[in-house]
Amino acid sequence: MSLLDDFHVKNGQKTGLSGIPTVRFDEFSRVVTESVRAGHRLVALFGMPRSAVSGIDSEPAEVLRLFAVLAHEAVGALHILGTGLFQATYPAITPACTQAHMFEREIAEQWGVVPEGHPWLKPVRFHMSHVPGRDAWGRTSRAEIAPGGCDFFRVEGEEVHEVAVGPVHAGIIEPGHFRFQCHGEQVLHLEIALGYQHRGVEPALVGGPDKRTIHYFQTLAGDTTVGHTLAYCEAVEALADCRVPARAHALRGIALELERLANHTGDLGALAGDVGYLPTASYCGRLRGDFLNMTALLCGSRFGRGLLQPGGVAFDVDDALVAELRRRLDLTLRDVEQATDLLWNTSSVRARFENTGHVPPEIAEALGLVGVAARACGLNRDVRHDFPSGIYRFAHIPVSTAETGDVFARSLVRWLEIQRSATFIREQLASLPSGPVSARCGGLAPNSVAVTLVEGWRGEICHVAITDGTGRFARYKIVDPSFHNWTGLAMAMRNQQISDFPLCNKSFNLSYCGFDL
Amino acid sequence: MLKAVIARFAQGYRTIKFPDAHVNLPDRFRGVPLVDRAKCRAGCENCSTACPTGAIGVKQSRVRIDLGRCLFCGDCARQCPSNAISFTKDYRMAARKREDLVLEEGLPVLAAALEENMRRLYGRSLRLRQVSAGGCNACEADVNVLSTIVFDLGRFGIQFVASPRHADGLLITGPVTENMRLALQKTYEAIPPPKLVIACGACAISGGPYVNHAETHNGVSGLLPVDLFIPGCPPHPLTILDGLLRLVGKIESQSNPQDSSAHRPNAPESSVR
Repeated sequence: MSLLDDFHVKNGQKTGLSGIPTVRFDEFSRVVTESVRAGHRLVALFGMPRSAVSGIDSEPAEVLRLFAVLAHEAVGALHILGTGLFQATYPAITPACTQAHMFEREIAEQWGVVPEGHPWLKPVRFHMSHVPGRDAWGRTSRAEIAPGGCDFFRVEGEEVHEVAVGPVHAGIIEPGHFRFQCHGEQVLHLEIALGYQHRGVEPALVGGPDKRTIHYFQTLAGDTTVGHTLAYCEAVEALADCRVPARAHALRGIALELERLANHTGDLGALAGDVGYLPTASYCGRLRGDFLNMTALLCGSRFGRGLLQPGGVAFDVDDALVAELRRRLDLTLRDVEQATDLLWNTSSVRARFENTGHVPPEIAEALGLVGVAARACGLNRDVRHDFPSGIYRFAHIPVSTAETGDVFARSLVRWLEIQRSATFIREQLASLPSGPVSARCGGLAPNSVAVTLVEGWRGEICHVAITDGTGRFARYKIVDPSFHNWTGLAMAMRNQQISDFPLCNKSFNLSYCGFDL
Repeated sequence: MLKAVIARFAQGYRTIKFPDAHVNLPDRFRGVPLVDRAKCRAGCENCSTACPTGAIGVKQSRVRIDLGRCLFCGDCARQCPSNAISFTKDYRMAARKREDLVLEEGLPVLAAALEENMRRLYGRSLRLRQVSAGGCNACEADVNVLSTIVFDLGRFGIQFVASPRHADGLLITGPVTENMRLALQKTYEAIPPPKLVIACGACAISGGPYVNHAETHNGVSGLLPVDLFIPGCPPHPLTILDGLLRLVGKIESQSNPQDSSAHRPNAPESSVR
């Protein structure tokens, strides 16, 4: 544990790669496991090939370098730790630390090393290993890999049946495969297989930044353009020692909260639609667009494309635009308040929301859930509060939580956050700092690492950027909040009726492409 | 119940007039790009160098912009030393043929209506199945909003349906990942002929930012015959709606840019926020 105490990093702080404590694997595994047991959370766990490692001592026999990022929100501490693997197998961390489960599957798939003793070692995204000739499942060609082509957990029994849904779903929605084990209407177990959206983003980032880099972040999860682009910009700015002007911080905060407003409003409408309450569904469908159009006023794009750039933002606002944004915010929020008020006042809606898709807080804690899904279980967890960067160092937004961990709680947290985001935007628009909106952002420091955390509307976005000896990206790790939370959805479906799946799914509203990368 | 009634009155009537009304898009909206040849400097290729997807090329001082590859990011305009490139507020750019998206001079050739027999079948009722094949959920979101009360797609006789067997065509988003190729092909095969294919967004047309990634197929064209291309990253909902209505013949073709100058920027605008 003392290792961690010795090595704090800050959100958005540059550190020399050689300064990261590197320990033997057994020590690494022990520190990760024990710190998670002591209240830390595994924010990221990822591999980096030896060939990409420069600026740190690594023995030629090293097969893979592993890094773990751990966070403790109660004390606001963020730590990073490294180790080297010298064989293509290692003892899995997952049996003693549930939060490592998906990360270790990802490491196996990307780098062809096998975490021995992993309880459920399957591919995550169904692609070839990044290391030619080394595959955790012994596959030798792309043709052998079929998305979703793997064993699924099965419940046996006379009246047990299996329901398979996807990858193509009934609505206009991204693809994923859901496998339910049911007894009658009751779901005993749900397993989720993703990877259909895998576009190969992480390998494409190596060697950057270049002119395409920022566009990967803008389209990583299109509904989270501002969130992911902000995490990227903060990483680059940390590595380039770039000081972002105060006015840019404020405008970035406004854009991030507008993104939250649009998506939370859309989600409340969609939740109403899923229980057949059409007034709120139709009002919120329109109101979500009104928030998106406010973002378009800022930068021309409803999703915030082109707004953020390393060094600041690409568009300034004048008094007329500020006044127009305030006018629209007031009008739109008034209508959202009325539309959601109907939800809380309609007993049939409440009856469907309450006690549906319950996630106990201890499960949420064990899985390391983030964002709305975690706060709805009473976990006091919000990057804006725990690891503030940019404008959030100066303007504080209270953390919105609920206690019951069900669809109702996830809806309520959204509504609380809508109100608080709107207040934040009003305050920012009323007191915008003067000055430029962008600073020059130069080259990146070589052999360095920066971890950035951003509270996107779904939850914690984590980026880890590592540069090589020339200041290019040697590795860029992205963890979308959905990476932590898909398992939470599977747990929420335990013992629920299968007909409640659309409602539970919408109450999490996770990203497929953000997970699939 | 009383609250619901009061809310219904307060929320008002929100459906936009379309296609008749002039549309008020934000000043910073980036629609069809225009190149002012008089301003373009010989020997300068800054725009082409800046473009993240190779959408813009310069040959003998003639700038060609491929709307099918364009992300409408504006990097070219920012890097142009003589301000020769500008983005208009014209949201209309859907085309029937891939080559019609390549602009050398002026405005794009907008989509013509379906051929007579197809138009007879689908002009008054078109059912589409949407498949996201690596899309980032921005195209999907802006297709989805067409079904909200603002755009009310249903009034034009167009509807998104749950099953390919109930559909007349496919609207595809995303660069077509290798992991979605089979599912996409199976969905296409499940649609009874004659069927339409619509490629929506830069990814579906050309691969978008993911062009030439090993895990994607650079869009739909290499796998399925495409009847309508809707550019954008993502396309504005009005770009999609305009394209769909042109396809079914509810908006008459305006391939000659002069004819449509009245609808171009600075024309009187109203109604849509």
